[in-house]
Amino acid sequence: MKVIRDLFRYSPSFRIGASILTVVLVLVVMSFFSPYAPDQRRAVPRNEPPSQEHILGTTSTGQDVFWMLTFGVRNTLIVAGIAVLIGRSIGVFLGMVSGYLGGKIDRVLSSIVDSFIVIPRLPLVILIASILRGQMTLFGLGILLGFLDWAYPSKRYRAQILSLREREFTHTGVFAGMNTFKIVSQEHLPFLIPFLLADVVSGFLFAIGFEVTLAVLGLSDLNAQSIGTMIYWGNYYQALLTNRIWVLAAPITASILIVVGFYLVSIGLSGYLDPRTRLARLQLKG
Amino acid sequence: MPTIVEVKDLKAYYHTHAYGVERTVKAVDGITLNIPEGQVYGIAGESGCGKSTLLKVLLGAHKPPLYIVDGTVRYLFDDAQIATLSLDQNTLRELRWKQVSYIPQGSMHVLNPVRRIEDIFHDFVAAHQQVTKAESTELTRTYLRELGLPEKVMAAYPHQLSGGMRQRVTIALATILSPKLIFADEPTTALDVIVQRGVIQILKEIKRREGSTFILITHDLGVHANLADHIAVLYAGKLVEEADTRTILKNPRHPYTKYLIQSLPRLDDRTTRISIPGRPPALDNPPDGCRFHPRCPLAIDKCRTVDPEMIAIQPGHRVACHVVTEAPEEVSHAATA
Amino acid sequence: MQQQPSSELLRVEHLTKIFQIRHGFSTREFRAVDDASFTLTAAKPEIFTIAGESGSGKTTLARMVLGMEQPSSGILQYKGRNIADLSLGEKRAWFFKEVQPVFQDPFAAFSPLKKIDHYLYETVHNYKMAKKSETDDYVNEVLQQVGLTLAEVRGRYPNELSGGQAQRMAVARALLTHPSLIVADEPVSMLDASLRMSVVNMFRDLKEQQQVSILYITHDLATAYYFADRIAVMLRGWIVEEGPVEQVLGVPLHPYTQNLKESIPQADPDHAWSSEVDLAILDTDEYTRKGCRYAGRCPHVMDVCRHTEPPNVVAQGRTVKCFLYTEEHAADAAPVQSAVESSND
Repeated sequence: MKVIRDLFRYSPSFRIGASILTVVLVLVVMSFFSPYAPDQRRAVPRNEPPSQEHILGTTSTGQDVFWMLTFGVRNTLIVAGIAVLIGRSIGVFLGMVSGYLGGKIDRVLSSIVDSFIVIPRLPLVILIASILRGQMTLFGLGILLGFLDWAYPSKRYRAQILSLREREFTHTGVFAGMNTFKIVSQEHLPFLIPFLLADVVSGFLFAIGFEVTLAVLGLSDLNAQSIGTMIYWGNYYQALLTNRIWVLAAPITASILIVVGFYLVSIGLSGYLDPRTRLARLQLKG
Repeated sequence: MPTIVEVKDLKAYYHTHAYGVERTVKAVDGITLNIPEGQVYGIAGESGCGKSTLLKVLLGAHKPPLYIVDGTVRYLFDDAQIATLSLDQNTLRELRWKQVSYIPQGSMHVLNPVRRIEDIFHDFVAAHQQVTKAESTELTRTYLRELGLPEKVMAAYPHQLSGGMRQRVTIALATILSPKLIFADEPTTALDVIVQRGVIQILKEIKRREGSTFILITHDLGVHANLADHIAVLYAGKLVEEADTRTILKNPRHPYTKYLIQSLPRLDDRTTRISIPGRPPALDNPPDGCRFHPRCPLAIDKCRTVDPEMIAIQPGHRVACHVVTEAPEEVSHAATA
Repeated sequence: MQQQPSSELLRVEHLTKIFQIRHGFSTREFRAVDDASFTLTAAKPEIFTIAGESGSGKTTLARMVLGMEQPSSGILQYKGRNIADLSLGEKRAWFFKEVQPVFQDPFAAFSPLKKIDHYLYETVHNYKMAKKSETDDYVNEVLQQVGLTLAEVRGRYPNELSGGQAQRMAVARALLTHPSLIVADEPVSMLDASLRMSVVNMFRDLKEQQQVSILYITHDLATAYYFADRIAVMLRGWIVEEGPVEQVLGVPLHPYTQNLKESIPQADPDHAWSSEVDLAILDTDEYTRKGCRYAGRCPHVMDVCRHTEPPNVVAQGRTVKCFLYTEEHAADAAPVQSAVESSND
């Protein structure tokens, strides 16, 4: 916890980013206290601009924008979270195995990875989504995105491990009797963490971006509330043309804020965890 | 002998401030010395003694977090007296390589790998004076020959040369414009023994031909023995002893210098050598009084509280030690062998 | 598997390591270690030095002994078993317990992000050197052998220690498995001159008190002379002279050894160099030279040296790879010896 306190005090990017994300988190929590069910239509007067009662206005389907947003943020984050979890787990695992073991295993895995990288993802996702239209749940979308975003990261993890493998402390670990798994997880992983953080952020960006894109194209689960579907329905009911910007402004601003929040937090954290600055900090103690 | 570099009461500290922790490292803490012209002045000390910081400051190459806290450095050339520490970047750059040259550690990696040696020399010379390619090539060829380097190297690329040869070529590059002042930072460290000898030879040759002043910074007393005329010993940011080479190596007076020399292995002696107990102090929290007192077998009460000054016990031989300057009889009785 | 009698700790015979270097479309063979032979006895612990400059092959040789590099040909046996044939599992079960390394840079040997005692505990745990409850006592005992205590180093990060302390930790970690052989690759070259002696003294004590043999790889002849029992001098992959250290460094026979010895800078103005040295221009020249690899620089070079590889000759209590000491050329050996005597003045 001292870490968090230090970060808050000395890293402006972390401070701002964490504040933004706290707001986002609050929104997510509030979604559990929403007076309206997410799919409940005509719960409120339609097409009303922001007012005291409905802070962000209402939509053409009679839903309160603010409360919709809380659901939207929650679901989008869940989708992105699933995608990142699956994608990075596969990426880290394959990258590390491939990098550390080398030889034939590396060659085989690398060819698989390279084949995946070449796949054009957006068209593929659109294709799959159109085929599964109607059966696509947000959860399913998360899994799908996860399986598409592990290839490039795994190459980078592999590169990191390749260089770490040659470091002398790896040899010390070998002679200390540590098996491969221990060496990779205990010796190498700490060096990967700052890198991993930046990568997680980019994973979130990818997933959120794709989710929104698909929803706007109408290929997502349109009955569920997500940032993307909010934008879709806003467009569907001609929010722009009829000057009801608030319907679109809310989800768009929210998505930007989420992305920026993650980004700033990751910068702050990586700066703190970067082995070089960490060493400088450790030296200050001793 | 006229002085060419004058250093007075120099204090240079590192101030760092990260994540709420402030730290001051007193890397150079009150150094006064005069470097005589045309000689090789050796600065000896182990890691953490502040010699790299001293070098940076002597070159005027200090930047934050290294700050000059006190003192002056002056170059006293025939035609100009230069207050080094207050120079702007442009003047410094002009000075460099023409009047003041610097041979960095590991200089074998300094050469541009995609240019031939003769081209590298041309680029360099042409940057400082008007020459045609033919003129610079001729200049280079003559210079290399004078230094005993084979002409074949001119047409080669750096990676084709051995590490030792690259190091010597870099030294030639750093000195071809006959600078008055040459700083050499650990020029032989990490080199093989025979290559080291070749490097020292070439430095001697340059000194003989050009009469340049060398400031040689290295922890290796063997290198000082073969090259330096004077030696100044640095410990924890301060000078502890300064004299000509023979005196320092044969008749050292400061306990640290004595220990240093005794702990070196000699090729004709297999008896056990003792090493200095303890370790050098961290420069952010040095001990009070004499910085060597925690490890010194001769420490008296005064050593724990009062910082000794550099006092000349004989002309040309300065020592910073209370016991040596005030109670020399004790020194001869103490067993340091 | 044939068990050789284990009166030999380490047996190296005609050991060769060839690297393939690619140059555009052609590959060139680079013999990092060429036909090296020596033995370490198991009867009593000894300190055997492999001395050479960079490019001599000494580090490659050390890596092969540690099992980190596969030999191209030749015999490399530890206690009668071929090191190269051991699988990783077998290595972990037996070999790594017996043979441990100490590397050159004590700060690279430990991850800067991990507390240094982590490696000690790992070693004890993985090789089951002590029961859980006795681990601390055991570690403390071993640390004392290198002049440290557990209280001093517990919970510290590598950068909090000095170079000398960190290197001692590295040695302590190696000692935890009660090895019979420690392979130390330039263990003191990155330490300050004054700290070197204490670490070197520690190695000497280890040999006597803990009965550990040490394979000491170095380019520093002065420390080798100080504490080693035997020495092998390497040049471009060859062992050019091998024998008891007082003989080889006291009265070196091979011209390269003589050159090395003379070139050591002594901290004594009375022993400054008198003559100049001639450096090799291109590394590759020496590797690919036919005949003797030192022929380009040797002051005593003869015609035969330029096209035939010199044999290993036993002379004056050691082995020398030089034509000067073969019977046909014994007459030429006389001038070499007087040159040696005069350089010792």
